Amino acid sequence: MAKTLTISIMEPPYESATSTTSLRIIDAALRKGINVNVFAYEGAVSLTIKDQQPHPNPVHGTSVEEEKHPTTKFFVASLFELAKEKGVKLDWVNCGFCVDERGAGNWIEGPRRGGPPQLHEWVQESDATLVIPTK
Amino acid sequence: MANYLLIESRDPFEARDVSYFYGLAADLAAQGDKVTLFLVQNGALASRKDAKGNPLGTVLKGKVEVLVDSFSLKERGIQDAERHPSVKPADIDALVDHIMANGTKVLWH
Repeated sequence: MAKTLTISIMEPPYESATSTTSLRIIDAALRKGINVNVFAYEGAVSLTIKDQQPHPNPVHGTSVEEEKHPTTKFFVASLFELAKEKGVKLDWVNCGFCVDERGAGNWIEGPRRGGPPQLHEWVQESDATLVIPTK
Repeated sequence: MANYLLIESRDPFEARDVSYFYGLAADLAAQGDKVTLFLVQNGALASRKDAKGNPLGTVLKGKVEVLVDSFSLKERGIQDAERHPSVKPADIDALVDHIMANGTKVLWH
């Protein structure tokens, strides 16, 4: 039976290396056949906003296509595809209150709305839990 | 004996409270617990052997296993020759293995 990791994240996108590390951990766990629960709250609910757009780099004189600017919505969508490919579960919950505060409810396909009771339930059921706070 | 995984993401030269996290690792190991300290992001800067006044030195004298994220080392241009020999490079897979090890308590700072 596959193990399950629950990870809670609160870092907003494009702020610090913590978002990248969090996504790397989720990616590595899925590749190992581990089911992953993600509880995104506070700024982390913006990781999955559908309206994110890549941009050109005027300093370098590069176009959108040339710049290939990565967006977190793309990374998270890739994680859902990876989970499907590996036959494991990625359950991603965005904290509803945090979403409403930020007007950040237009997501890519995959995440669902929830709250702290979901995190509590996951912690009880999971093999391991990692809480990544901000500074 | 308990198993602890302490993940340090901060540079000890930027944030003073990193020393307390190192101290926690050292104290847990001293009382007989199995402790791994995993350095990631700017936490990797502490792995440099020639860093002056580096508080990680006290941890390295004890029984704590100290690992550093290879990706974080590359991002910061820290070469193998610059790394303290007691700090072992590890990839993100190793971190996940430690997180998932039975009964391990994981703390992120």
